[in-house]
Amino acid sequence: MFGYVLRRLVSTIPVMLIVAVFVFLMLRVGPHDPAAIIAGDNANADQIAQIRQQLGLDKPLLTQLFVWLSAILHGDFGESFFFKKKVVSLIADRIEPTLALAICTSILAVVIAVPLGVVAAMRRGSMVDRLVMGFSVLGFSVPVFVIGYVLIYIFAIKFPILPVQGYSRIADGFEPFIRSIILPSLTLAVVYVALIARMTRTSVLEVLGEDYIRTAYARGLTPLQVLVRHALPNAAVPIVTVIGLGVALLIGGVVVTESVFAIPGIGRLTVDAVLARDFPTIQAIILLFSFIYVMINLIIDVSYTLLDPRIRY
Amino acid sequence: MADVLTVDRLTVSLPPGSDRPYAVEDVSYSVAPGEIVCVVGESGSGKSVSAFTVMGLLPREVKAVGGSIRLEGEELLGAPETRYRELRGSRMAMIFQEPMTALNPVKTIGEQIEETLKVHTQMNQSERRARVLETIGQVNLPDPDQIVRAYPHQLSGGQRQRAMIAGALALDPALLIADEPTTALDVTTQAQILKLIAELRERKGTGVLFITHDFGVVAEIAHRVVVMQKGKVVEQGLANDVLTRPQHPYTQMLIGAVPSLEPAQRASLDGAPIVLHTKNLRKVYSSGGLFQKKRVVEAAKDVSIDIRRGETVGIVGESGSGKSTVARCVARLIDPTSGEIAIDGADYAKLPERKLRDHRRRMQIVFQDPYRSLNPRRTVADSMIEASVNFGASAEQAMKRAGELLDLVHLPRQSLDRYPHQFSGGQRQRICIARALMPQPEVLIADEAVSALDVSVQAQVLRLFDEIREKFSLALLFITHDLRVAAQICDRIVVMQKGAVVEQGVTREIFANPQHAYTKALFAAAPGKHIGNKVVT
Repeated sequence: MFGYVLRRLVSTIPVMLIVAVFVFLMLRVGPHDPAAIIAGDNANADQIAQIRQQLGLDKPLLTQLFVWLSAILHGDFGESFFFKKKVVSLIADRIEPTLALAICTSILAVVIAVPLGVVAAMRRGSMVDRLVMGFSVLGFSVPVFVIGYVLIYIFAIKFPILPVQGYSRIADGFEPFIRSIILPSLTLAVVYVALIARMTRTSVLEVLGEDYIRTAYARGLTPLQVLVRHALPNAAVPIVTVIGLGVALLIGGVVVTESVFAIPGIGRLTVDAVLARDFPTIQAIILLFSFIYVMINLIIDVSYTLLDPRIRY
Repeated sequence: MADVLTVDRLTVSLPPGSDRPYAVEDVSYSVAPGEIVCVVGESGSGKSVSAFTVMGLLPREVKAVGGSIRLEGEELLGAPETRYRELRGSRMAMIFQEPMTALNPVKTIGEQIEETLKVHTQMNQSERRARVLETIGQVNLPDPDQIVRAYPHQLSGGQRQRAMIAGALALDPALLIADEPTTALDVTTQAQILKLIAELRERKGTGVLFITHDFGVVAEIAHRVVVMQKGKVVEQGLANDVLTRPQHPYTQMLIGAVPSLEPAQRASLDGAPIVLHTKNLRKVYSSGGLFQKKRVVEAAKDVSIDIRRGETVGIVGESGSGKSTVARCVARLIDPTSGEIAIDGADYAKLPERKLRDHRRRMQIVFQDPYRSLNPRRTVADSMIEASVNFGASAEQAMKRAGELLDLVHLPRQSLDRYPHQFSGGQRQRICIARALMPQPEVLIADEAVSALDVSVQAQVLRLFDEIREKFSLALLFITHDLRVAAQICDRIVVMQKGAVVEQGVTREIFANPQHAYTKALFAAAPGKHIGNKVVT
């Protein structure tokens, strides 16, 4: 087990290296010139060339790549072209709102979706089941920003109980923080509730048809005991898989949600960096996201061994 | 002594749209303390439904609509669900056919046995633990301390069924319902489990309601027999009476259909040319790799078999013996590790897939489960002509042959336009056989091809195999775990154990005088030896 985790951690290195090279080349190959953007509309060719030289963009591609990679090995992700700050400190400033949003969304999604899925499975074909399934289709099909604006309209404008936009740091008090994070989390959670509820329903339904469920009833257990002690532990593996994938995919949703709610997080930073062709920042963010993705996958795989004794690495 | 269980004029209705209105109709039987009552019947006879009704575990759509069920004198029909829950696991317990799926895979054996005690008693943790260890000891499982901590997948099939029985008997119930508890087990394991059930009911005075389709098992264990057909009891009485002097025509037919353990007289084929030849066939599975410890399993070792034209050779053995591995190697569904496999002298053991194509026509296979070996979305015709068309026949030619083969397997030609779900299990197996014959194979492999069928259907399909073997002079490789089936259809048998051939020879000679200890053990374990013999003693 320990050996397995170690091997997986070691195998992260080549994965990250491939991602790094790929991102680096994609940005350079594209028709983007950060120097032109920094110089502004009225700059002449000489000024742009001068900026290019300052940024090191005039050097051969392979030299640039090598300089960048060796700096990373020393923990230096470079300086942002646009913000004129170290990329590391830039990301550090912005990570709290994004982490808060991701964690709140995940918790909210799981807490709502799993019970919904279980109830739908237990009452298969009932009104509750059809409502859950109907909501699930809706959750999949409505875009995140629409949900965001609808929620803002209802809970911040029509009934002004929550702030319209913005983010309040935890350090500035827990209550304002929670109030500021509720609507964005709820917005982002909708699609995951739909996804996880569906998966939970399918998984629980399948398990409820198993022979050992019948055995459990034959022992004299109540339906609730059968559900909690026998059905859920067996239904957990696919549910955890989809929760893990959902958390990994949250990153995409974060960009949109942070824009809608004007939250100064990594999502906003990504949008700004892309618009400004801020290569070092984009590269660092993508490396960070792929690292998180790989780690979440590792956590999911390891969690299987806790959920199912038949799975051993 | 008063009966443990009395089922009186029980009627259970099926949901509208089923093939008959009642699953069980006007059924009466009883079980006395310490008595084993076998309910026998084919699939769809209602034998399991009546047992599940006693436990109150019917699916929602199926309802008991009349009659009475009394457990130790207490009326169960109409009792509230809470009362049922009190009785389940404490006064009446149940064990099932497939101990692997009937146990929760993510909980230890100890937890699962203990659960019954938790639900029904006030015992504290150490009392419960002591009781769990005690019951595990009673079912003769070795090393109870380790079994308690084991998960189901870490035990063998027989050990799992023992653990199920331990769980069922933890609170000394008055009634034990056993639903085909040995059907999924190997014959030697089956003999041990039957012995265990007989011992425990004697020691504890438990009444046992034993559901089975197997008259061999009935002969081995039953005090009394209840024979069911299409939801009704057609005959019941003392085991010996029913087995030796069956009164009802259905019972007579069922007992008559049980294949005899006495091999049939079959003509010698010594002069016929050898069609299928394997020499030192070996299959090794290995797992693990660069970083992990390498595990190697030798599924087949040095298997050398010859089959002559028109001859049936059976491979018999228990699960894990390697008999199916050999069949799959011969069909080249898996690649042998080493050795020769040849049809008419042409070795194809090592041919790559693209060169194998022409050989595929010459060997066809019929599988165990006719419900899963036909694609449910294709008509019978689509399934049948695929191979022929693949080998270059025109669709018209193939359809013509498909029609002829359906005649041969005694199915109407209209079947061609139908889908698999419109047929019964026996009919589907006939379709599978006809499909296998389409490309005019020289070798036909039957991998447990009659094991999933009811005994009366099984007899018909066995006869069909014999007919087609003779008509097309096929070399038939017949894989089976059932000695009775082997006795009836095989000219020669090959006995396998743990991947190796331990004995092979003419069926009659091996049955009359087995040489190897394992073969002897197999014969000794076969239940109800005299059942099905033409002269009953």
